[in-house]
Parts: sequence; C-alpha cells; structure tokens
Amino acid sequence: MDAVQTDPKLRRDPAYFALRAEIEEFFYDEAECLDTRRFEEWLGMLHEDLRYFMPMRHNVKFGQHDERENSREDYGISWFNEDKWTVSKRVEQILTGVHYAEEPLSRTTHMITNVQVQTALPSVEAADEITTSCRFLTYLNRVEYETYFFVGKRYDRLKKVGGEWKVLHRRIILDQNVLQAKNLSTFF
Amino acid sequence: MSFTSRAADYVDWKRGQISREIYVSEEVYRQELETLFTRAWLFVGHESQIPNPGDFFTSRMGEESVILVRDKAGEIHVFLNSCRHRGMKVCRYESGNTSLFTCPYHSWTYTTDGRIRGIPLYKALYEGNLDRDDWSLIEVAKLHNYKGTIWATWDPQAPDFLTYLGDAKLHLDQALDCRDGRPGGSEVIGVHKWIFPANWKFAAENFLGDTYHNPSHRSVDMIGIGPSALQGVKGRRDNEMEEAQHIWCSFPAGHGVHSAIQPEGYEFVDTFKNDPEIGQYFRHCHEERKRRLGENARFLPFVGTLFPNTSYHGRQPRSLCSWHPHSANETEGWRFFLVDADAPTKVKDFLREYYMRYSGPAGMTEQDDLENWLYATRASTGTIARRHNFNYAQSMGASSLNPVVNGIEVKGDVSLQVTEHMAVGFYRRWAQYLDREPWDVLLGAGDERFHAQAAE
Repeated sequence: MDAVQTDPKLRRDPAYFALRAEIEEFFYDEAECLDTRRFEEWLGMLHEDLRYFMPMRHNVKFGQHDERENSREDYGISWFNEDKWTVSKRVEQILTGVHYAEEPLSRTTHMITNVQVQTALPSVEAADEITTSCRFLTYLNRVEYETYFFVGKRYDRLKKVGGEWKVLHRRIILDQNVLQAKNLSTFF
Repeated sequence: MSFTSRAADYVDWKRGQISREIYVSEEVYRQELETLFTRAWLFVGHESQIPNPGDFFTSRMGEESVILVRDKAGEIHVFLNSCRHRGMKVCRYESGNTSLFTCPYHSWTYTTDGRIRGIPLYKALYEGNLDRDDWSLIEVAKLHNYKGTIWATWDPQAPDFLTYLGDAKLHLDQALDCRDGRPGGSEVIGVHKWIFPANWKFAAENFLGDTYHNPSHRSVDMIGIGPSALQGVKGRRDNEMEEAQHIWCSFPAGHGVHSAIQPEGYEFVDTFKNDPEIGQYFRHCHEERKRRLGENARFLPFVGTLFPNTSYHGRQPRSLCSWHPHSANETEGWRFFLVDADAPTKVKDFLREYYMRYSGPAGMTEQDDLENWLYATRASTGTIARRHNFNYAQSMGASSLNPVVNGIEVKGDVSLQVTEHMAVGFYRRWAQYLDREPWDVLLGAGDERFHAQAAE
C-alpha cells in the first residue's frame, strides 16, 4: 500500500496553501543541502527519533497489492529500514573520503514535486505535526558515464522541534522491482 | 557465434595468470551459458519461501527464468518459466500461491506439478495431433533440497548434489545450521535483487575468500557499523575470531571458502554488544553449539562460493547470494537473508537491521564492492587491456592437502595465509566446463592438488 490517507482531505483554503508552501520550502532546503553535499546540515533536519524506510516492491497478483506489493516496515528485509544513528553512519562514511562508492562524490539533483499536506495537528493554522505526500526524481551521475534516475513517491511525517520542522518518519516508495542501479548510495 | 578458443588457454594456473577475456568477451559469455550454467548445480531458492502446497517463487538459472513451486501434493519442482506453445512466461509474479499457471498468450494452463491442464479448443484443433502428456512445463533434470536450500541442474548426467558439494559441505553447514548447532532450521526473511554492470565472476570470486580486498572496506571499518558499534567498537563486524586460525580452502569441484578454526579450549568472545539481551542470546547459542557439535564447533565460517555462482556470508551478516548472468558485463545480484526460523523476534529484528546496513546495494559495506566490480569490468574491455593477464600468484604453493589445523583435520587444498589459490582452482574448473570436459574431470579427477600420490 503506497498512501495511507484515512483522514478526510484537508480543505484547500489559504491556510492550507500557506502551510504547503512552508513545507515545500523545507523539502527544497533538504534537496539543496544534499545536492550541495552539506550532509551534516541535512542530518540536522532529521528528527532524533527518525525512521527512514524504503521497501522493496514486488510483482504480485491483482488484488494483493495492499497486502503484498511492498515489503513491510519493521519486518523482514527492505532497502532501508533504519533510524537516525544508521543514517548518520552513512553520512560519516561518506565523510571518511575513502567510501569508494561515493569517492569521488556523485553529482546529484533531488527534485521534489506534487507536494500535498495530508494531515495537520492540532490544526492547519497551528500545525506542529503533519503528514505529507510528494513525488521525487533523484538524478545521480558519477565518475564519467554512470547515470541513474530514482523516481517515486515519498510519504513523510514532520514534527516541529523548537519551532523548526524535522523529518520524523520518511517512507520512500521507489518505483522499481529489481533495483536498476548498482548502489543506493544517495539519500532520499 | 561459436566458441573457437580453448578456455583452458585463458587460465594459466601454473603461473597464476588469467586472461581478462574471460571477464569481458561475449564469446566466452555465450559459452558459459551453453556449457556451464546448463550443467552445474545452481541455487534456486529456499524451502521457507514455499511452505505450502501451491506456493511458488520465480527464480533464475543462468539467464533463464524458472519457477520454484511446491505442488498440490507437497513435492517441490523447478520448471522453466516459458509456455511450451509460444514461450510466453507462464508466471510474472515474484511469489504467491496458485493452483494453475495460466499462459496469458493463448491460455494454455499448467498444474503445479507442471502438467498441462487445459489447451483451449483442444478437441476441435489438436485432437490426434498433440499428446498433452508430452507438453508439460520443462523441468530441471535434478533437484536437491539441502537443509532447506533448493538446488537444481539441467544435466541428467550431473553427480548428485552432495557429491558435487564435497567437503565444502562442512563450511556451507555453518551458514545454514542454527546458531546453536542444530542442523538446518534457517528461513529467508527477504531477497534483495539488483542489477549491476559487472561480470558475474567478479562477485563469485570475491566470495571465494578474497580476504585481500579488505582495504576496499576501510570506510566502514573506520566508522564502525557492526553489532557492537554503539559501544564504540570499530569495524564492520565483531571479531569473534581473534584467537582463531583462519583457513582458505579450495575444493575439487571448484568451490572455495574462507573459514576459521578456534583454538582448543576457546571461550565465547563478547559480541553483539549493542544490546545486552542479544549478546546474551548469542552467548547461549555459543554454549549450545559447543555442546552439540563438540570439536566441530570450533569451525566458524566467513564466506564462500559454491561453484559457479552461489555465495554465502556465514555469520555476520548471514545470507546466500546468486550472481545471475545477464551479459558479459551485466549481472543481477540476489541476496537471500537468513535467520534461524525459531529465533526470538527481537533477535531477528536486530539481525535484519544489521544485514541491511551491511549488505546489498544499500549496504555500507557492499557498495564499495560493487564500485570495484563495475570499474574492474569496464577497464578490462579495451584491446590493450585484454592483452594483459590478471595476476593470481598470491600465496602460490602455500597450500596443502588436508592439513591438521588447531588439532582438527581440514579437508581440501588449504592455505593458512591470505591467498588466491581458491580463485585459481575455481577458474581451472571453469575452463573445463567451457571445454566440455566429462563430469569426473569437473569433479577434480585430473587435478594433482587432490591426488598427491597419483601425481608422483
């Protein structure tokens, strides 16, 4: 199951569009950090209780998609299913300068689109915890000829800490079955 | 394009040199598909993936799609995933449960034991011209369930699986058996599948026991990602073998492994320290294993490759890999992650998180391997590059047959120092498959390393 939208759709009013704009800006800031290789700064945008999850996608029979299409969070094997410590280790690894899968560093462009706020607590006007959906297109080129496109959907839960949004939960739905890349050495 | 060379000419095992052609030549690759992947025993999947009648898992053998299925009577089969009429895949789901495989093209249907169940308009169009019993799904010649792992070969002349496995069995067991020493009992908790632009043999060779490539993983070793990393332990795994004698073994059928033997009277090494409860669990497993296996409990596995393209990681992490060929310079890696089926949930959770940060295309360790395999393949394709052999002379002559190590006889052609002799043994056998040698040769009949007296 990709989206989990059981709550009624938020009313598209000026308060909604203001909140959405704020969140779009947050996502663009994240992308800018990643694409300009300010990885430690990016870590600062993640909540201490972060869960970072990318399932594998399976080819299943019609009618079984909700149940079996994606590997499950916190059960069995996925592409990523980890906490902030592990994501931080990934950054630390890149910063050693001898993580050869990212040395020399890849060139990446993270594009975020179709941003929507799904839920907002306690209200859209005074939101300090929200869920969002968006689409991503991450372009990665490394060394000379290696080029990958990672395209999919992202479902985030963001929470305000000290007046700033932090990513508390990130579910990355990559639209691939057999991974069409030798590595997942970038962030989403 | 026919194979006009002798593969043996590419493998100069006496000098420890191997031609780069074998990693990049399309002609060699076609010959591998014809003569090697059609004969060798290949790993197809795990029993835990198909526990119930009608369960299936689509797998690969060489370049070809196959279906691993448990039929309605409970028997396990492996079929070529291709309709007998026009070849359409009869199954494009990765796994599931079914009574029938229905071809989408013309609706021929097959039961889970491979037999034709229905051909549309049979009476009007085929009666008298087609005997349905002759057109079952194409089934492998032999199949073997070894401690839950399913292996198959297309060659009816192939030796039985245990003969093929030979003395590598003891080492594979260390990956497949329960952590507390009970035989078998593993389950697959997920399969990573990814495609990468490198020759499949780079991956297979890496797991034969290429310990020398350790510097590739310097970054993870510096930062520490192992099961005790939260306690400040560096490295990508806990070193439970610091007192052990490492062994690198080559076997007559082409398999190669890296294992270790603990000294007599060894004690549990404090590991898995991120969580005291997990640490305690593995201490318990250690004591039980020692009690059950006696002296053999001193064997511990690192890695191995069962000829030709099945590899394992025995302990930290624990998985089986298939390196499926797609072309001379493209491989699909599958990593089947293993845990003890009856391990506590908390242990399984601890392990899978460790597996994911270590292994596969998102794994912090394996990413660096893939970088190596890709660029080693690419930089070997050039005309000038192909004129220059790879060097495999490392520790040449340092191995011996069936040595006694820490008081235990170790079967095989065994080195006690970091070596590439398993790779040389692998490629000697590889060349004999390509040159269509008979099975006794493929099992090492003419290999002087295993027949010391005969060579004298």
